[in-house]
Amino acid sequence: MTFTFAATLAERGFDVELTIAEGETVALLGPNGAGKSTLLNLIAGLIRPDSGRAVLDDRVLFDVPADAQGARAASNAIRSRWMPPHARGVSLLAQDALLFPHLTVLDNVAFGPRSAGVHRAEADARAHGWLRRVDAAELSARKPGQLSGGQGQRIAVARALASDPGLLLLDEPLAALDVSVAPAIRRMLRDVLADRTAVIVTHDVLDAFTLADRVVVLEAGRIVDIGPTRQVLDRPSTQFAAGLAALNLLLGTASAYGIRTDAGSHVAVPVGQSLPEGARVGVAIRPALVSVSATEPFDPALNILPGVIIDLETRGDLIRVRTDHLAADVTPGVVADLDLSSGARVWLAFRPTDAVAYLL
Amino acid sequence: MSVRNRTNESSRNRRRSVGVLAIAAVAAVAAVALAACSSPTAEEPGATSASSTAASGLEGSITVFAAASLKSTFTELAAEFETANPDATIALNFAGSSDLVTQITEGAPVDVFASADEKNMAELTDGGLVDADAPVDFATNVLQIAVPPTNPAGIATFADLAKPEVKTVVCAPQVPCGSAAVTVEQATGVTLAPVSEESSVTDVLGKVTSGEADAGLVYVTDVIAAGDAVTGIPFPESSEAVNTYPIAVVKASKSADVAQAFVDYVSGDVGRYVLESAGFGKP
Amino acid sequence: MPGRRSSSYAGIPGWVVIVAVIGAAFVVLPLAAMILRVNWAEFIPLITSESSVAALLLSLRTSVAATALCIVLGIPMAVVLARAEFWGQKVLRSLVLLPLVLPPVVGGIALLYTFGRRGLLGQSFEMLGVTIAFSTTAVVLAQTFVALPFLVLSLEGALRTVGTRYEAVGATLGARPTTVLRRITMPLVLPALISGAVLSFARALGEFGATLTFAGSLQGVTRTLPLEIYLQRETDPDAAVALSLVLVIVAVVVVGLAHQAGEFTGFRRGASS
Repeated sequence: MTFTFAATLAERGFDVELTIAEGETVALLGPNGAGKSTLLNLIAGLIRPDSGRAVLDDRVLFDVPADAQGARAASNAIRSRWMPPHARGVSLLAQDALLFPHLTVLDNVAFGPRSAGVHRAEADARAHGWLRRVDAAELSARKPGQLSGGQGQRIAVARALASDPGLLLLDEPLAALDVSVAPAIRRMLRDVLADRTAVIVTHDVLDAFTLADRVVVLEAGRIVDIGPTRQVLDRPSTQFAAGLAALNLLLGTASAYGIRTDAGSHVAVPVGQSLPEGARVGVAIRPALVSVSATEPFDPALNILPGVIIDLETRGDLIRVRTDHLAADVTPGVVADLDLSSGARVWLAFRPTDAVAYLL
Repeated sequence: MSVRNRTNESSRNRRRSVGVLAIAAVAAVAAVALAACSSPTAEEPGATSASSTAASGLEGSITVFAAASLKSTFTELAAEFETANPDATIALNFAGSSDLVTQITEGAPVDVFASADEKNMAELTDGGLVDADAPVDFATNVLQIAVPPTNPAGIATFADLAKPEVKTVVCAPQVPCGSAAVTVEQATGVTLAPVSEESSVTDVLGKVTSGEADAGLVYVTDVIAAGDAVTGIPFPESSEAVNTYPIAVVKASKSADVAQAFVDYVSGDVGRYVLESAGFGKP
Repeated sequence: MPGRRSSSYAGIPGWVVIVAVIGAAFVVLPLAAMILRVNWAEFIPLITSESSVAALLLSLRTSVAATALCIVLGIPMAVVLARAEFWGQKVLRSLVLLPLVLPPVVGGIALLYTFGRRGLLGQSFEMLGVTIAFSTTAVVLAQTFVALPFLVLSLEGALRTVGTRYEAVGATLGARPTTVLRRITMPLVLPALISGAVLSFARALGEFGATLTFAGSLQGVTRTLPLEIYLQRETDPDAAVALSLVLVIVAVVVVGLAHQAGEFTGFRRGASS
């Protein structure tokens, strides 16, 4: 079930090419409006691309030549191919379970098989099987209105899988759930997605680590980062990915003495790391390893950068001090002692050995 | 303190003005409704011509309720009457005779009633609203066959209407033109199988002018009033059902002299001339 | 935000209540006045006379047929209006809803020039040996003409409210458009379909002007209850009042059913958020 996809949609500035191997789960990350839902809807067939081509396991989902865009409708119809959503074998699981409210849980899950022409008894048997897989067998006679959010999402997963999709699309499946039930559903998803071709849109880095083999970072309708989950999140190349992984990211160019950041500062790199001069590099530092001071510290062993505080945010027993360059996690005592507030000029310092530098 | 007082004052004022507003609104609704209702029922042709010198001693305004079939003739007669008697004004109200009887029974202000049949007039005399000897017969009307100008079914006689392939429309027996049709049927022994029994002459004529029906039975005056839209075919058997129109002053009239003068005018020479040119017969 | 109506702040201004009471009295008083005029001693004989029963049965029969026709034609119309996007859609919607504001007589005249003997389609029907004028079919057509907008309107609104999200899910589960319509869309808007159908039935039952103009009036064939009332009024006001009351009772029952259907939204909960 290899999936290849390429599509443009001028109206939304969307231009994405993507290949997913059989059995692979890809996490789709990106800020709001980056085009994540557009990508899912294009794959599912709920919107049409201006141009592009998608093939799922030898079946052409759509094939719209680029030059057909401006051509007359008639010739467009001849040259374009378009498979309606119901024929694609692509299931979409949304943030809301969207269970059909008038059908019982069992009928919801049996909906896919029955739509494919499977006889009632057989469809019900399959539905029961899937309900057991998601630990919801005892809910089969209920109506969706009688389910909790977590239960609803379990049923929705069972329903999506019961239609035996070649490709499963998940649009923030855990976002609407209570934090107390999300872990159980995440575990369940990990089990059912293990050998499935799937795309999961998420804002939660934990989802990406738990469920995905690969991560795609989308920004403004384009892929800005793609690779194995750990690589993308431990060594981010975009501020967005760094933010997801809760890392500071400094982008710059390797020089003879270390790294010259795009903001003009000089940063020393850990001893033993050799970076070819002139290469684009990233430096990742955990906020907890960054210290804050009101006056410039005199310590040649530290990397010291100036910053202006943007805001302060309480995170557990620490406070994150966000500046225009770096973020630092400090104790409330430090904030009080230094009298930190938005707009204040501060100095941020970190040890070269605490940073990770890498080629982009 | 003063601020607080002012606040109370203004809120009280507001409440009062809202109450006034509500009453005004209801009154306005009622006024609009009344105006809308009264205009189609009371027509006042030439009502403004009452300024010239009086030729006769008649003075006052009267309301005349007349059968719908009298609309054109009575509108004309009322205008002529007002020209002859500049100080008299006539308001006219046309509707089905039984509707008018209902309105009069319910207390509608009326001075003269002209019915399309004796039965409805009898209801008023029986009810004591009109003196038993007051009604005067002033016109008659007989049935005629109305056909589309092309006469697609080739109707020539009353018996033709009973042919199965002919679509005939009549008035329902409950209304005067329908009961007249039944009388003719009984007298001639010809039984009609109408495709529809309409509740008014207008509806019968509508079916004929639109070509839906091949023939309709209506009054000769209706055929004349319809002009070129239909062709009238007289038939001798119509004399079996002559409809007589009575007119009378209503007891409660406040301008009995004007009312009586109008009744005399209608049943006199001018009235007869106008009525005859519209197709009505002598009583 | 469903299910949050108890003990909420109402804050209705006093004058609004007063005007509302006046408005309610305006509607209820005439009905009460009519009921006061009913000749109860003769009531049963009046409404069970041959012509009354024939008119009532004809009315029920034609209204049921018209409602069925409204459902058959109205569902696709509502679906197209609510789901499709095409040029002239707004104009089309206005035209479809026109019978709502059109005087029924105008509707009757329009139907006459369409299905009448010399009408646009009537001539073709005539050649096929089908005569519509003066038949019960004509009554059903007239009633459908005036009742159809009620069904289309309430169904289209419900379709827009429900949205397309469930339909999209159904499609991605492999259901063809027809399956989605039958197994998802229609069940979701069932309450609106029921109340729309009941309203259409009520409108068909009360239809007078278009029937009078287009279908004619013959006992047992085209003379429905409203036409019978109109005719009885000429000679027997008691019968007219008695039959009016029957019509009012049927209408009240029908409106009550429509309200029930509107309340029947137990499974809507899942559709929120």
